Amino acid sequence: MLRLPPFLRLSPRYAPYALLAPFLVLFVVFGIFPLLFSLYLAFHSWEPTSGLGAMHWVGLDNFAFALQDEWFWKSLRNTGWLAVASGLPQHLVAIPLATFLHLGFRRWRNPMVGAWFLPYITSSVAIAILFSSLFSTDYGLINLAIATVREIPLLGALMPNAAVDWLNDPDSLKPAIATIVFWRYVGFNVVLYLAALQTIPVDLYEAATIDGAGRFQQFFHITLPSLRPMILFGVTLSVIGGLQLFEEPFILTGGKGGSDQAGMTAAVYLYRNAFDFNDFGAASAMSWLLFLVVATLTWLTHRAFRRQGD
Amino acid sequence: MRQPARWLLALCAGLTLAPLAGSGLAASSATPTTATPAGAVKAPVMTLTVAAFPAVDEIVRASLPAWNALHPEVEVKVVSREVNDHHTAMTTALSTAKGLPDVMALEVGYLGRFAQGSGLQDLSQPPYSLRDDQRRFVAYAFDQATTASGSVLAVPTDIGPGTLLYRTDLLSRAGLRESDLTGSWTGYVDAGIKIKAATGAYLMAHARDMKDILIRTGLQPGEGLYFDKDSRPVVTSPRFVRAFELAREVRRQRLDAKVTAWSADWSEGFKRGTIATQMSGAWLAGHLNNWLAPTTRGKWRAAQLPDGAFAAYGGSFFAMARAGDAQRKPMAWAFIRFITMNRDLQLAAFKTQDAFPALLDAHQDAFYEQPLPFLGGQVARREWRDAASHIRAVPVHKQDAFAREVIDTELDKVLERGKDIPTALADAQRLLALRAHR
Repeated sequence: MLRLPPFLRLSPRYAPYALLAPFLVLFVVFGIFPLLFSLYLAFHSWEPTSGLGAMHWVGLDNFAFALQDEWFWKSLRNTGWLAVASGLPQHLVAIPLATFLHLGFRRWRNPMVGAWFLPYITSSVAIAILFSSLFSTDYGLINLAIATVREIPLLGALMPNAAVDWLNDPDSLKPAIATIVFWRYVGFNVVLYLAALQTIPVDLYEAATIDGAGRFQQFFHITLPSLRPMILFGVTLSVIGGLQLFEEPFILTGGKGGSDQAGMTAAVYLYRNAFDFNDFGAASAMSWLLFLVVATLTWLTHRAFRRQGD
Repeated sequence: MRQPARWLLALCAGLTLAPLAGSGLAASSATPTTATPAGAVKAPVMTLTVAAFPAVDEIVRASLPAWNALHPEVEVKVVSREVNDHHTAMTTALSTAKGLPDVMALEVGYLGRFAQGSGLQDLSQPPYSLRDDQRRFVAYAFDQATTASGSVLAVPTDIGPGTLLYRTDLLSRAGLRESDLTGSWTGYVDAGIKIKAATGAYLMAHARDMKDILIRTGLQPGEGLYFDKDSRPVVTSPRFVRAFELAREVRRQRLDAKVTAWSADWSEGFKRGTIATQMSGAWLAGHLNNWLAPTTRGKWRAAQLPDGAFAAYGGSFFAMARAGDAQRKPMAWAFIRFITMNRDLQLAAFKTQDAFPALLDAHQDAFYEQPLPFLGGQVARREWRDAASHIRAVPVHKQDAFAREVIDTELDKVLERGKDIPTALADAQRLLALRAHR
């Protein structure tokens, strides 16, 4: 048996600390330090190209500026709009879709789930470039499809009269971004709900069938209540992810937020404040304000899904 | 600040900013001296890191054989990033003074931001004494790198004299001549109406292009684009009103394709001949020829901007960080001088990358007299050289990038939602006033 030299032997008393140390070191270095530095910056004015010595204590000025800044409020409104427009349909579609896949695709379920999950693991940049092309005003496939449908007598009346300027018209940009976010994350939620569906005892459905319950009754009285914990988890992730939405609007609008800043989310705006406008203090203050918004809405989500008596 | 606190802050800053800034900066180092056997080629004893963006990186790489012939003991490592990422990385490096490159390229649009801080070396001071060479550069380019206090923070390498590129075939079909486009701004718009009626082509890519050039005309001495010398926003001034009015007229007459520069629709517009003119830097002719719309060769011509306007569209500079490695600074400065003040290298960059030289020595070459096949044999470089001599530098302000966003947004509201111009400009003025002194 291999015996370690005495200086390498670890007392069982200290072993847990030694084994945990790598994680703790990484967490402190990459988790806690940046967080504290961001908090420190939120109370300072800083010209970053002048180095660290150029920081000046300004108290709550950055927070006051953020709360007065119309664009910050606008970015929060955009974020809320996009979070609801892309997040809510994800769950409204994912739950019945997962149920359908669970019941109807026993043998081919995994390939189907894989197909739905594919957008989630695809590069954001590739997705944004693809959709930039699809949403192109004059040469995009989406406007081409709309133009084709416009030729159909009854359906045509429902279509816009002219090509939609998806990425430049402020009124069209938000729906375009919401569509991409929905498309990207619906598969992730399908996987969550499929996992939860597999934990529901079959006995419940058998008993319900014997009692004469139909498919819809079983869905609303067995499936949905059983999914409640997973819905809470999925919605919480959507709330947090939606409020931190960055990649899709950033890439789709070339990092600028789009016409009339219609695609500028709070995360994009605070990034721009730091790296485009060199105002790291305001960006840090805004990030902490955004944190408060995320924390509040997550708490409200938990309250909304809390069972009576919990 | 005490040393431990400074180190802690540096660590925090690095950890906070590094993931956003990309990697690869920390490689700059003076490598240890290696013994050189008698008669053998000397091995490099120093490594200079040059951080750049496309296509400046290509220009630097192309210069290396000539550099290595002069300085075999100095290896040059080029770190290249996309233009935004590069400037973000430079901001990060300057903020912590860690992992700084020895030489950094800067694009003119970012120069104002870097000039506000004290992170760049003042090259007007000895031992650099750049002012001794001031007359060798295009005047406005040198002035762009000069701060209000007289510091010179970067050396210009290429410039982008403004020009009006137009489709001569579309103009002919509309029965127009070049002078109809360039006589006055209202004449330019009127010509656009005729082009649209005769050919269906748009006058320009976006009405914003009209605003961008008009706010650059008629500046008062000492006045910046968006702020005056006391940091007061000046966006309600007559030049903004006129710029917005003409941009609105362009949109009302449906003369713009409503496409932004570098988008897929923009390049398709050039390929298909649906965009008749484009105000831009002279470099666009090269891009059109090389990859944007090579099949339109011979159909384009270049002219000076309408109404006798002269403006710069882009430009690149080389700078050094004040906190850079002191041992390598002399060689870094030698490299900057080598690449910015060498006539042959400047001309080579012009020929291969359409980088119009900032060095005046390079302006006196037969290359400027050669016809450009893409422009139907026009000797356009001569006109661009003339434009460069008329352009005046505009004082920059730290909030210029934000101000541009605000103005673009308010113009969008005017164009898309019918907001009235005085209200739009007043709203912009209010937003800029809130941020002017931050």
